[in-house]
Amino acid sequence: MEILGLSIPELARLLRDKKISSQELVSFYVDRIKKHKKLNAYITVLEDAVEIAREIDEKGIKNDDYILRGIPYSLKDNMLVDGVRTTCASKILENYIASYDSTIAKRLKDSGAVLLGKTNLDEFAMGSSSENSHFGPVHNPWNEACVAGGSSGGSAVSVSAGLAQFSYGTDTGGSVRLPASFNGLACLKPTYGRVSRYGIVAFASSLDQVGPMARNVEDLAIAYDVVSGHDTMDSTTSIKNKESLYEYLVKEIKDKENNFTKRTIGIPKESLMKGASKDVLSSLEESKKLLSKMGFNFVEVDFPNLQYALAVYYIIVTGEASSNLSRYDGIRYGYRAKDYPDLKHLYSSSRGEGFGDEVRRRIMLGTFVLSAGYYDAYFSKAAKVRTLIKQDFEKAFEKCDSILMPVSPSVAFKMGEKTKDPLEMYLSDIFTVSVNLAAVPSLGFPSGTDKEGLPIGMQLIGKHFDEKTLFSTAWMIQKQKPEWFNNIATTAKEKR
Amino acid sequence: MDSENKKDYKAVIGLEIHAQLSTKSKMFCACSTFFGQKQNTNICPVCSGQPGALPSLNSKAVEYAVRAALAFNCKIHKKNIFARKNYFYPDLPKGYQISQYEEPLATEGWVEIVLKDGSKKRIGVTRLHMEEDAGKNTHNVDGSLVDLNRSGIPLIEIVSEPDMRTPEEAVSYFKKVRTILEYLEVCDCNMEEGNLRCDINVSLRKSEKDKFGTKVEIKNVNSFRFVEKTLFYEVERQTKMLENDETIIQETRLFDSSSGTTKSMRKKEEAHDYRYFPEPDLLPLNLNEAFIQKEKDLLPELPDIKRDRFIKNYLLSFYDADVLTSDKNISEYYESLVSYVGEPKICSNWMQTEVLRVLNEQRSDIKAFKLDNKKLGDLIKHVISGDINQNTAKDVFNEMLSNGSSSEDIIDKKGLRQISDSVAIEKIVDDVISESSAQVDQYKSGKTAVMGFLVGLVMKKSKGKANPTIVTELLKKKLD
Repeated sequence: MEILGLSIPELARLLRDKKISSQELVSFYVDRIKKHKKLNAYITVLEDAVEIAREIDEKGIKNDDYILRGIPYSLKDNMLVDGVRTTCASKILENYIASYDSTIAKRLKDSGAVLLGKTNLDEFAMGSSSENSHFGPVHNPWNEACVAGGSSGGSAVSVSAGLAQFSYGTDTGGSVRLPASFNGLACLKPTYGRVSRYGIVAFASSLDQVGPMARNVEDLAIAYDVVSGHDTMDSTTSIKNKESLYEYLVKEIKDKENNFTKRTIGIPKESLMKGASKDVLSSLEESKKLLSKMGFNFVEVDFPNLQYALAVYYIIVTGEASSNLSRYDGIRYGYRAKDYPDLKHLYSSSRGEGFGDEVRRRIMLGTFVLSAGYYDAYFSKAAKVRTLIKQDFEKAFEKCDSILMPVSPSVAFKMGEKTKDPLEMYLSDIFTVSVNLAAVPSLGFPSGTDKEGLPIGMQLIGKHFDEKTLFSTAWMIQKQKPEWFNNIATTAKEKR
Repeated sequence: MDSENKKDYKAVIGLEIHAQLSTKSKMFCACSTFFGQKQNTNICPVCSGQPGALPSLNSKAVEYAVRAALAFNCKIHKKNIFARKNYFYPDLPKGYQISQYEEPLATEGWVEIVLKDGSKKRIGVTRLHMEEDAGKNTHNVDGSLVDLNRSGIPLIEIVSEPDMRTPEEAVSYFKKVRTILEYLEVCDCNMEEGNLRCDINVSLRKSEKDKFGTKVEIKNVNSFRFVEKTLFYEVERQTKMLENDETIIQETRLFDSSSGTTKSMRKKEEAHDYRYFPEPDLLPLNLNEAFIQKEKDLLPELPDIKRDRFIKNYLLSFYDADVLTSDKNISEYYESLVSYVGEPKICSNWMQTEVLRVLNEQRSDIKAFKLDNKKLGDLIKHVISGDINQNTAKDVFNEMLSNGSSSEDIIDKKGLRQISDSVAIEKIVDDVISESSAQVDQYKSGKTAVMGFLVGLVMKKSKGKANPTIVTELLKKKLD
């Protein structure tokens, strides 16, 4: 049986028909994780995953059980799971054992899904390549000399290399979409407030959002359904009712398909796409043609303030991060320096030795932009421009229902290529950060590969809380172009 | 001119009062606020600053804070936001305190105090905002320990205008704030447990027309006596410095209660840059009119209003009414006494001369007072009816306190009931007249002052039981 080609609904059927057991399924993935250790996708693999699967088999999987019961998944290692190490790929939390469940971990536990392990990332989710980890870089299974994308590189690789059925990353400025696009996956950055941040190690609180990654749209919808919705432990989650998008896709969409394709898709002005590579631009053109053939209308949209997005993003992100990371002080938990003459040095040495370069850089930047003399010029100004960027999106959505653009200006780049130049690395996020600043949802989908065989990804950006439109559009794209989906990375295939 | 005006420096004082709100659970998590528990038992991921933990606002704390802001006559801001105040200290688990900065809950209030000469003065309240308390560090020879039970307990900070001019005014303002908080029942106001504490800002200048001098802040003063001591010390220290032409530097100082002095903690240059910014984990707080109106409706009768009512309804002096209303429980005890006994003035005298004296001596609270309103009321009724006289009553009062008996039992057991029977008293009066011929002669020759002596003799012979009014009447009748 070719397990890797199957979707969650197909696996759920097999589990219910007892054609496969959860134990077999989980063992299959655990073996693959061992086999592909060199990709460095996981920081921690859970020893008891197979045992938990066996218990699930013993209790049985019934028809009306949640669809995820017995299905294995992975979590980025900045999400807390009670009793499990949570490192954030940092030396400072190298041995930190979580004392409680994040809301999403709890919801997944309750669903019966089986956690395989915690995936590698850029330290504290700060990076675009997943090279910046205390546990070493993540390799792209499509070409191991290339980066996995970041910061949720381990999560993306765990799915694209077939080391998990689905996974979750966090997207602060593109950290789910970028690695998903570098790995040929579907992914979602939900509207800010859709998924609880409780128990997710905070990077930039006003932008952080958990997002699922999967090999196809139905898996993505299922993975999104299970974690989304209001949480009393996170006051910024929306109390809006949410429906199951998976059920919506399979039950309702058929009758409505014709109506959907009357929808209008916005395409950003050409000048805004300047930085994109030829391959990426021609892939955008291909997606456009496909959608056009399906009946969608197109309209050009402008984002006058998009040029400021990256600057605004790096001011807000570093400011919030400098405060969020203050709790890693060596006092209560985490790394503490061996020698310190006094309290001041306990702090400076523990933090200086415990954090990596990029994290320290951002803490310093953030401390600067929040400091008394510079707050107005930087943080406060950035907050104002952020509002303008939000308004750009609102204006654009007066003309269209969603916006189509590439996730990244290029495909996965070579390892080491951008590590020396942080600004060059920051530019990888040029097409993604504005979505977080505007707090709108964005669904990333694979749109084929370049000549080298490296995946290219597009994103459909939606209105606030309108994940539905994004899912229905992606669902129809998948129907038209099944070859774009259900990818297993080339190198991972060869090693089977 | 210089020499003339020496010593003429006047203080300008402002207080920042921190009051713990008496909610059952902490401000941003469900942990208990109960005091005196074993270290680090009332903690959770949120208040111990675990990775990923997020605050969720305790609405009770908001209710209490709004109630306080209303009682301090503040303008409530319907939209107000929480901010992070960033600094490193071991008792601050997140590395920042959730507080309010640019858009606080309330501003522009006032509190009225009564000065020594009986005049009233309004002290401005600049702002009132909500914030969370930090944990507690303890230091011993082996090192330092952190207890986070207090971390996350809701606080309000009440910042005054620099409107106070003397240490007495500062204490009087601090006391008034406490009284109001007690009336509202939003703070336990137990200063020993740290429920209520203040930071003092003080500067000197020569006259009201001058600009403010350089201010010095004294942190964490937790008793009225210490506020007074701190201020006396600081005013003297700063005066001496100015007289010697030294420059006062802006700094934060700490009060040392053992020496009664203040010591420099950090200079302005070392002051923290708190890097305030809006707390992204909490939405802006939007209070609607109905919520504020509900809190308005829940406001109790506040001390100033109660004091004025006591003056009007019970015909008490301003001073007496002020004393009786400066503590909510005392005012309530007094009113229950009046409603049982009648005679508000007599009850007030008993409160002032006996009850408050005893509470003061015992350093205790009216809630722990042994005699309820009925027990004390019965005693007062015995005095009013003439069963016993005032002096006997005081002895009975003391005995009631020591053994808990009722006034009735003590009076009966000891046979203290006053003799108001003229025939019985007349016999004693006759005896005294015949035994004191010298004094009788003096009286008759016009030295009427000896009457008191004669009354005293009769009282002594009656073992204090004779009704002194009747004794005086009889003596006069017989001698005049």
